Amino acid sequence: MLLNVRSLAKSYDDRLLFDNVNLSLNARDTVALTGESGSGKSTLLHLIGALDAPDQGEITLDGCRYDDLDDRGRATLRRTRIGLIFQQFNLIGSLSVAANLSFQARLADRSDPEWTDHIAQRLGLTPLLGQSPETLSGGQQQRVAIGRALAARPALLLADEPTGNLDESNSDAVLTLMLDLVRESGTALFLVTHSDRIAARLSQRLHLSQGRIA
Amino acid sequence: MRRTALIALLSHWRHRPGQLVTLVLGLALATALWSAVQAINAEARNSYASAAATLQSAAQPVITRPSGPILLEEYAALRRAGYPVTPRLQGRIQTPDGPLPLLGIDLLSWPGLAAPANDDTDAGSAASQPLTPADLLTAPGRLLAQPDIARQLANRSDLPPVITHQAVPPGRILTDIATAERLLNRQGEIDQLLRTGPVPANAPPLTSLLPGATETQPDSPDTSRLTDSFHLNLTAFGMLAFAVGLFVIHGVSGLAFEERRATFRTLRALGLPLPVLTRLVLAELVALALLSGLLGLALGYGLAAALLPDVSASLRGLYGAQVDTTLQLRGSWVFGGMAMALIGALTAGAQGLIRLRSLPLLAATGPDRWASAAARQIRLMSVLGIALAAAGLTALSFGGLLAGLAAIAGLLLGAALTLPALLRLILTRIAQRARSPLSQWVWSDMSAQLPGLSLALMALLLALATNIGVTTMVSSFRLTFTGWLDQRLAAELYLTARSDRQAQEITAWLSPRVDAILPRRSVDIQLANQPGRIYGITDHATYRDNWPLLAATASPWDQLQTGAVLINEQLARSANLWIGDTLPLPNSQSAPIVGVYSDYGNPRAQAITGLSHLTRQFPNLPGQQMGIRIDRSQIPQLTRQLRQTFDLPADAIIDQRRLKALSLEIFERTFLVTGALNVLTLGVAGFAILTSLLTLWSARLPQLAPVWALGISRRQLAWLELLRSCGLAALTALAALPLGLALAWLLLAVVNVEAFGWRLPMHLFPLDWLGLMGLAILAGALAAILPARKLLRMSPAALLQVFSHDR
Amino acid sequence: MTVNRRKMLRLLAAPLAAPLAAPFLASPLRAQGFAGLGTDAAGFDIPQPGYRFDFPTDHAAHPTFRIEWWYLTANLRDAQGQDYGIQWTLFRSALAPQDPEGWQNPQIWMAHAALTTQTQHHVAEKLARGGIGQAGVTASPFRAWIDDWHMSGPDLDRLHLSTQAENFAYSLTLQADGPLVFHGTNGLSTKSASGQTSYYYSQPHYQITGTLTLPPEPGAEPALPIPVTGQGWFDREWSSQPLASDQSGWDWFSLSFASGDRLMAFRLRGDTGDFTSGTWITPQGHTLALPNGQLQLDPQDTHTVAGRRLPTRWRLRLPAQQIEGLSTPATDVTIQAINPNSWMEVSFPYWEGPVTVTGSHQGRGYLEMTGY
Repeated sequence: MLLNVRSLAKSYDDRLLFDNVNLSLNARDTVALTGESGSGKSTLLHLIGALDAPDQGEITLDGCRYDDLDDRGRATLRRTRIGLIFQQFNLIGSLSVAANLSFQARLADRSDPEWTDHIAQRLGLTPLLGQSPETLSGGQQQRVAIGRALAARPALLLADEPTGNLDESNSDAVLTLMLDLVRESGTALFLVTHSDRIAARLSQRLHLSQGRIA
Repeated sequence: MRRTALIALLSHWRHRPGQLVTLVLGLALATALWSAVQAINAEARNSYASAAATLQSAAQPVITRPSGPILLEEYAALRRAGYPVTPRLQGRIQTPDGPLPLLGIDLLSWPGLAAPANDDTDAGSAASQPLTPADLLTAPGRLLAQPDIARQLANRSDLPPVITHQAVPPGRILTDIATAERLLNRQGEIDQLLRTGPVPANAPPLTSLLPGATETQPDSPDTSRLTDSFHLNLTAFGMLAFAVGLFVIHGVSGLAFEERRATFRTLRALGLPLPVLTRLVLAELVALALLSGLLGLALGYGLAAALLPDVSASLRGLYGAQVDTTLQLRGSWVFGGMAMALIGALTAGAQGLIRLRSLPLLAATGPDRWASAAARQIRLMSVLGIALAAAGLTALSFGGLLAGLAAIAGLLLGAALTLPALLRLILTRIAQRARSPLSQWVWSDMSAQLPGLSLALMALLLALATNIGVTTMVSSFRLTFTGWLDQRLAAELYLTARSDRQAQEITAWLSPRVDAILPRRSVDIQLANQPGRIYGITDHATYRDNWPLLAATASPWDQLQTGAVLINEQLARSANLWIGDTLPLPNSQSAPIVGVYSDYGNPRAQAITGLSHLTRQFPNLPGQQMGIRIDRSQIPQLTRQLRQTFDLPADAIIDQRRLKALSLEIFERTFLVTGALNVLTLGVAGFAILTSLLTLWSARLPQLAPVWALGISRRQLAWLELLRSCGLAALTALAALPLGLALAWLLLAVVNVEAFGWRLPMHLFPLDWLGLMGLAILAGALAAILPARKLLRMSPAALLQVFSHDR
Repeated sequence: MTVNRRKMLRLLAAPLAAPLAAPFLASPLRAQGFAGLGTDAAGFDIPQPGYRFDFPTDHAAHPTFRIEWWYLTANLRDAQGQDYGIQWTLFRSALAPQDPEGWQNPQIWMAHAALTTQTQHHVAEKLARGGIGQAGVTASPFRAWIDDWHMSGPDLDRLHLSTQAENFAYSLTLQADGPLVFHGTNGLSTKSASGQTSYYYSQPHYQITGTLTLPPEPGAEPALPIPVTGQGWFDREWSSQPLASDQSGWDWFSLSFASGDRLMAFRLRGDTGDFTSGTWITPQGHTLALPNGQLQLDPQDTHTVAGRRLPTRWRLRLPAQQIEGLSTPATDVTIQAINPNSWMEVSFPYWEGPVTVTGSHQGRGYLEMTGY
C-alpha cells in the first residue's frame, strides 16, 4: 500500500470539514476525489501532500508516518515523494521553462535528463524551453507544471483542479497528457476535481460529502 | 458615503499600526534631515548677514598702523580732512569661560547699527526702561551682545550692564569706544580705522596725516565664498538625505496601496466614483504628510540645535566666520520643510494614485506581465544614468567649485540610476553559472526582485558611496593634518609677552636656560593684492628640519634672510603663484618665492620671510611672540619660573601639545556634522530597504509558496530571504566602493582646492571599507529580519492561501 | 540698512533734538522752581535774567548748558534769477555739564546741511563727540566745525562757510553789514507762558557771495559750481530748558523785507494754547520784542510731504506797534514756501526751507516747522 489515511479530522476556523476520513492508495492507482465546494477536498489533498497538519488521524506514505516528521522532514518528503499540481500553475517566474521543468527533480537530487527531455517532448514543451513562463499560454504553463511535478518521478502525484483554469478542449488535452505520463512514470495519482467528466477518466472515484468519503 | 468610505480606508491603519508608524517616521526622518540642514544654513547665513550689517567690515577697507596704535589727534585730523573713517578699539574681557573679544566703536560715527532696545533683555541686566544716549555714551556705558554672551556677563559688578542686541556678531561684545577704553585701560588709543566711504579728491594723502598707516581690503568676500561652499556641502547632504527618505515613503505608501487593493476594489464595486476615491486617498496622503512634516520639523529642530555648536565651531575654525550658536525658528526652513514633506509624500504616493486609476473593478487573474515592463524601465534608467555620469565628468573640464560639485552630482545620480541594470547583469550571470537549482532560483529571484527593490538599493548605494567618499576625505585629511601639525608646531612652547620691552627681558632671561629662542614678528599687508599676513622668522634648524614645504628651491631657508619669501598653499593656489615666481607686495614691491608650504585651517594668505629683512621694511613691528625649544621634561619648571619672574597673563605661554590638541579638536568638530549626517543617511537607507521588503512582501508569498510546496522548508526559505537581502546589500556595497573612491577623489582634488585652497593626498583605508561592507550587510540583514521572521512563523494555511482558487 | 542707521542716530541725536522733540528731555526740566537757582537738577546752568553777553567768548560753546546751536539760513539767487536756500546748523547737546578731553567727553555735536531749490531739496547730517577735536566752536578766531564742514573767519562779521556733503556742496563768503540783534529781553528769550527761557541773539545782516554745487543729473557730467549772491541770517541760542512738556513743536520764521526791516517770529504749539513771540528789527538794527499774543499766525494751505501734512503757506498779521520810541507799520503778509517739499529727513525730521513774502511787505526768508 502506497498511501494510507486513517481517521483523519480537520477543522478550519472552528468549522469542522471532516472528522473521520479513511482511504488508501496503491502504487499506480489513479483516484479522483469529487465533492461540493467547501467540502474540504482541497484540504484533504493538502494534508496528504504534507502541506498542512491534521487535527487528528494518521497519514502514511510509502511507509513514512507524517506524525514522525518535523517541518524539515515534511519538506524532504514533499520534495522526494510527492508531485504537486495546482489550479494556479505556480511556476517560478524568474526561472526559464527548462529550469522550472527540472526544478523539483534537481531539488530532490533525482534529476534524470533523459526522462526530463522525454517529458518535455511529450508535453510539447521542447521549443519553449528557453522562454520565460510569463510568455506562455495557460495550457502551456500547466503543462510545465505537470512536467515539473513528474520530472522527479514522485511516488504520488497530487493534483488540485489541474485544468480548472483551462477551457474544455485544452483541459482534455492536458488531462490526457497527464494521465499518459502518470502511467509511464509509474506514479499514483490523487486528483481533486468538481467535474464528473474528468473524474470519470480515472480508475477510481471517491466522493467527499458531509465529512465522509463515499 | 464619503464618510463611510473614508472610515473604511482609514481602518487599514488601525489594523496595521506598524505601517502607519513606518510611513510617518520615514517621512518625518526625511523632513527632519532636510530641515535640520536648512535650519543650520539659515542660521549661519543670518549670522553672516547680521555681522556684515552691523560691522560693515565686509567690504570696507581697514586702516591700521603696524607700528602701533592710532592716536586720537590723528583720528580727528583725518576726520577734519574729510576722511570718512570710524575708529575701532579691540581687546578682551576675561570671563570664567575664557576671554571674550570686546570691540569698541564710536557709536556716533559708526555707519550702521540698529538702535538697541532694552525691552528684550533676558540677561537680567538693566531694568526695562528706555535706553538713553547717556546710558550708551557716558560711564558706566553699556555692553551689547547676543543673548548667550549677555547671560554669561550678567551680574558682573565689574562690568557695565549688558544689553542684548541681535545685530552684534556672535561671540563678541560691542560697546562704545569710551566704555571700551575704560575697560581696556587704553585711553586715547585706536587700533584700526574703518573707511566707510570715498576720500574727497582734495584731501591730503593718508600717510601725511597718519604716518606709517596702511590700508587693506578685508577678506570677507572670500570668506563668504568659502562658507558658501561649506553650506553647499551641507545642502547637498540634506538633499541626499531627503532623496533617501523619499524612497522610504515610496516604499510604505506602495505597501499601503498593495494591502488595500481589495478595499479599493470593493469601494469601487459598491459604487464609489473613482474621482471621489482618488480625492479621499489624496486627502489621506496630505494629512499624513502634514502630520509627518510637523514631526519631522520638531526632529529637525532638535537635530540642528544639537549640531549647530559644532557647525559654528568649524566655520569659525575654518573660515573665521562667526555663527550664532542658538537656533531660531525661521520661516524659510519651517515652510521649506513642510513643503518638502508634502512634495515628497505626493511624489512617493503618485504611483499609488496612478495605479488606483487603472485598478480593474474585478480581480485580475493570470500571469503577471510586469516583469518585461520592469526590465525595459531598468534599461532606460541605466541609459539615463550613464548620460548623467558622462555629463558630470564633462563638467569637470570647466573647472571651478561648481563644476566639481556638478561632477559629484552627476556621478552619484548617474551611478544610482545605473545600479539596477548593473545588479541585474551580475545576478543573471551568477544565476547562469549556478549549479544547484536552489541557488539558481535564489539568484534569479534576486534579479527578479530588483524592480521593487531598486529604489531602496539606489538609496543604499548613495548612502554608502557618500560614506566612503567622505570618510576617505576626512581620514586622508586627518592623516595629513596630524603629520603636518607635528612638523609645523616644532617648538615646545609658544610665548607672547606683554610688550616689546618685556619680550627683550624674557629673551635675555631665557637665553641661558633653553635650547633656542625663535622670535617672530608679523604684519598684516596685502599679499598679491589679497589681505594677508607676513611673518618674519630667524634662521634656525627647527624650521629647516621640520617646516612642511610642498615645493621649494634648492636652499630656501638661506634665501629668506635676504628678502625671499615662502608662501602658503592657499595664496599659491588662489594667486596662481609657485616657486620661481615673485610675490607682489604693496607699493609695487615684490619678493621672490622660494617655497610653498601647506597651511591647513587658515583661510588667509600668508607668507614668511627673514626677520631681519621684515624689520628693515617695517621698523616698528611689535615683537612679543617667540617659540622656545627646550627638553620636554623641563617644560613645567620653566613655565612656573617664567610666570614667577615675569608678570604674564594666563594665556601667554602655550604648550605645543595644548595647541595641537586644540587644532585637532577644531578639526574633529569640523567633520562631526558630516559624520553625523553620514550615519543618519545610512540609517535612513537601511530603513528604505526594510520598507521596500515589506512592500514586496504581499507580492512575495505567491513566489515563495510554490517553492515551499515543492519541498523547501520555511526555515530554509527564511534563511534564504535573509541571505538574499544581505547579498543585495553586499553587491550594492561593492558597487559603492569605486563610486565612493571617485567621490573622495573629487572632494580632495577638486572641491577642496576650490573651497579651502589646499589639495590633499588621497589615502586609502581598506579596513574602513570592510567595516562599511559589514555595516551594509548588517543593514540588509536587519531589514530582512522582519520579513524572514514573518515567514518562519507563517502557518501553512496562510501559505496555502496562495493555492486557493483566487487571491 | 538706512533704516537701522536712522534708528541709532535718532537715539543718539535725541538730546540735540530736544527743542524739536520736547517730551524726551522735558521731565527733569519741568520743575519751575529751579529757574531761580541757576542750575537744574542735573547740574546744568540755566539762563538768568540780566545776563551780560561777553563777546567774542559767547560765540563759542557753553558746555555747562544743555543745548546750544549755531544756525545759518540764507536766501540766495544766481545770475538767472533762480532762487536757492541753504541751511547750515551745528547743534551741541550735553549729556553732562562737563567738557573733558578724549572719548569720555559727554558733549554731542550734530550738524545739518541743506540746499534747496524750487524743485530739489538735499540734506546731510553728521554726528560727533566733543573733546576729541572732531567738532566744536572756538570764538577767536571764530571757527565752528564738524569733520570737514566748517564756518570760520577772523570774527563773526567775516566768515567762510564750506560744506562738502555726499551729493551737494557749498562754499560761501559772509560779510555782516549790521549789528548783532538780541531777542526777548536783552537776549533772554521766553519760550512758554510758564517761563522757559533761552539766550538768543542773531546776526541777520549777512551779505553772501559764493558758489553752490548741486548733484549732477543722472548720467550727466558732474555739475559745475553755480555762483550765487544773497542774504544770510545767523541765529545763536543756548539754554538748558527746552520746551514746556505740553509743547509739541514750533513754527519759526526769519523774514527780510524789501523795506530793510526784518522779522523773527515763532509760534510754539501747546496743548493748552499756542505761545507766540517775535522781534521786529529795523533797518538800523533796532529791535522791538513782540510778546505772546501780538503776532497772529494762521496756516493757509497744507502740503503732504514724507507722509505728514504741513502748512506751507501762512498768513502773518501784526498790528502797528509803538513801543519805546519805535513804531512798526501794520503787517499782513502771506508767506509761501519756495519748495513745499523741504523736508529734513534726518535723525529727528522736520521741515525747513526758504520762503517768499507778499502782501503788505515783500521779501524773502526762512521757515522752520517741527513736531508735525
